[in-house]
Amino acid sequence: MFLVVEQLLNGLQFGLLLFLLAAGLTLVFGIMDFVNLAHGSLYMMGAYFAATFAAWTGSFVLGALLALVATLLLGIALEFVALKHLYGRDHLDQVLATFGLILFFNDAVRLIWGPAGLALPLPAWLTVPVQIIPGVFYPAYRLLIIGVALAVAAGLYVVVMRTRIGMLIRAGASNREMIGALGINIKLLFTLVFGLGAALAGLAGLMQAPILTVQIGMGENILILAFVIIVIGGIGSIRGAFMAAIFVGMIDTLGRAFLPDLLRKVLSGAAASTAAPALSSMLIYLLMAIILVVRPEGLFPAAKR
Amino acid sequence: MMPNLNVSNAVVAVLCAALIMLPVYSAASGNIFILTLFTRIVIFALAAASLNLIMGYGGMMSFGHAAYLGIGGYAVGILAAEGIGSGFIQWPVALIVSALFALVIGALSLRTRGVYFIMITLAFAQMAYYVATSLSRYGADDGLTIYKRSDFAGLINLSNRTQFYYLCLACLFGGIYLIWRIVNSRFGLVVQGVRSNEQRMQAIGFHANRYRLVCFVISGTICGLAGALLANNTDFVSPAGMYWTRSGELMVMVVLGGMGSLFGPVIGAIAFLLLEELLSQFTEYWALIMGPLLLLIVLFARGGIMGLLGRFNRA
Amino acid sequence: MPDPLLRVQSLVRSFGGIKATDNLSMEVVPGELHAIIGPNGAGKTTLISQLTGQLMPNSGSIHFAGRDVTGLPSYKRSALGLARSFQITSLLKDFSAIDNVALAAQAHDGHSFRFWGAARKEPHLRAAARAALERVGLGQRADVVVSELSHGEQRELELAVALATKPQLLLLDEPMAGLGVTESQRMVALLKELRKEVTIVLVEHDMEAVFALADRITVLVYGRVIACDVPDAIRKHEEVKRAYLGEQHAVTAHG
Repeated sequence: MFLVVEQLLNGLQFGLLLFLLAAGLTLVFGIMDFVNLAHGSLYMMGAYFAATFAAWTGSFVLGALLALVATLLLGIALEFVALKHLYGRDHLDQVLATFGLILFFNDAVRLIWGPAGLALPLPAWLTVPVQIIPGVFYPAYRLLIIGVALAVAAGLYVVVMRTRIGMLIRAGASNREMIGALGINIKLLFTLVFGLGAALAGLAGLMQAPILTVQIGMGENILILAFVIIVIGGIGSIRGAFMAAIFVGMIDTLGRAFLPDLLRKVLSGAAASTAAPALSSMLIYLLMAIILVVRPEGLFPAAKR
Repeated sequence: MMPNLNVSNAVVAVLCAALIMLPVYSAASGNIFILTLFTRIVIFALAAASLNLIMGYGGMMSFGHAAYLGIGGYAVGILAAEGIGSGFIQWPVALIVSALFALVIGALSLRTRGVYFIMITLAFAQMAYYVATSLSRYGADDGLTIYKRSDFAGLINLSNRTQFYYLCLACLFGGIYLIWRIVNSRFGLVVQGVRSNEQRMQAIGFHANRYRLVCFVISGTICGLAGALLANNTDFVSPAGMYWTRSGELMVMVVLGGMGSLFGPVIGAIAFLLLEELLSQFTEYWALIMGPLLLLIVLFARGGIMGLLGRFNRA
Repeated sequence: MPDPLLRVQSLVRSFGGIKATDNLSMEVVPGELHAIIGPNGAGKTTLISQLTGQLMPNSGSIHFAGRDVTGLPSYKRSALGLARSFQITSLLKDFSAIDNVALAAQAHDGHSFRFWGAARKEPHLRAAARAALERVGLGQRADVVVSELSHGEQRELELAVALATKPQLLLLDEPMAGLGVTESQRMVALLKELRKEVTIVLVEHDMEAVFALADRITVLVYGRVIACDVPDAIRKHEEVKRAYLGEQHAVTAHG
């Protein structure tokens, strides 16, 4: 029982992190028709910045805030220097160019911080387990992640659904020519959206940092998961990204936690212990395959017209 | 029709001659390193050529071709580990498994287009990568050492550097010849027509996706062959070899050389791997230069090297 | 009247709340040139797209040559002898004119899972393509890449491509769109020739051409058939006049 609740919460927490990453990706794609592989690098940079700034200031919270600002600025700089030249180009061009950026960021990090990973230690007050229901304890920090990510998701929802900027973003996602016709400063809007996406990626990275090691390439695997989420959720759809992210986070976490035991009940011990790791790592891709067969346009595609 | 005597054809001819003569030079100068380097380049050129078949001619941007390199390699490695050393078994198995994987992934991915296709091929290749890392019997993360190269019953000795190089080169030339025939065949014209205008091709009576899928499978199979060669070259297969950056590198080779041109991927593979070799001798952090270089190539040198050579033809 | 070649029954297709095709029924008999006219937004192209299978109807049925084709994808309908030309020219832009036509011939000459022989050297495909090109007056332009052809030539090539599939029924979606006066005249002359060989459904805004060519005319308004008759009767039809008033006053004037 305890294990199930804990794993459910772990799944939720992982799913929310994935959402932060996927939301930026799908916003940028939706409004600018731009595929940004380097989104994962921003996630990595968020984690490295947080580890560095936390060490400098001696405060986790201050370090995290500074890292958030730094990733936002980095994102805007990146857009300004390189990426804005790629708007309107082939998706292939965008993929290759941002692939180049990943190579660059990985080696830049290796040069600056060295090949070994960093650790971002948590302050004592975040390491205590909290009793969530009688008899069930859960790490305070993971609860904090859930809280922050939910707050960001809610904030994003309000911004996208209730504000003027959000209206433009939604309009842009479904009809790009229209915002141009409205006489909006489209360049500024693009830079803003890109900065927002970068900040979200950075936030995801810095929050994940204390749980895993901060290391080179940490943004790559999770970026591919974000792609899977976008495929499942439907491109350009924030709501779809949210649902799919929670779904993928849960499936992945629960699969890794419980699949080996389940398999052991069906198969012999040896066969189960061989098949379980392979199967649990395949789980979300199989899920994606099923969705592709049933609904190739994703579960919640953004309205076309 | 006789091939025109123009700059790009001349470059290709010189290149082919140089590739054929390379072992002679290597033996004469005692420079073994160059032969080893070019064996690797030739294998990657074959993989890039296979990717070019679907990217350049079929308009399918696969970001998962490293998976076939890995599958071809693991087929050889696993069979070798289980005591089946004959290349007559290993290689057909490598090709068949690659083809089957391509068939499944293609059938799923081709339900979508454009960016989706890129993301999905990437995701499935990553799945293959994770499966490889969980093969605990075959080295898991650390990979699998191949203690004996594929045995072709004395016909050819793969452990002999020169013989192995020529085998790789023959596979490359054979692969390109095959692609050339395909591209100009009925099938090839349909695939190129679908790339150009799918709706039109449907309207005149072609079931577009069926042709796309077959093309995808052919490409995956050729890449699986490259994988079998690569495993023999390194005497080793590992998940790292099918990591997604490898797929990205293959795409870069295709675009750098010139998408949709027969020898473009060969030139792209040579350029990319030589550049990588050069930069890594110069600095440990070669990607610091390679990364931005890629960005610049994408921004300013569309059409790749073959495209640049093509400009001389018209001048 | 002979058995209809094409029979459309109670066809409905809506986009959101708008019914682009509203309970539409019509018939085309073999050998006729059947024109479909109507003001902008009457749902003409939507109808053509459903006839060829690019778009699926919400309800109703389409029979072609005695067979229910309602659920068939476009490539299968093409195999049965239904060809279309597109309103906005839709060709393989980076292919030569003759390659465009030869591919259409190839589509109807057995399967194309042939990987080895050079398709451009198959004499009967080339001959068929060349014949179709000659037919539309593009014989001299066979080896020109489509993107370098003039707009008028591209429209003619559209026709050649459709012809090369050896259709029983040719659906032409505004073949005159964007053509100059002389080009239009050439096209009308060409259609006059073609109608002797193949049944044609013609969607066209050029009323002069329509009344010169058509055996029968169906008038669409808001996705519904308001009239279907011979040109003379259509010209006098009160409801048609009203529908066109202020939109296309030319119906009677050009007669």
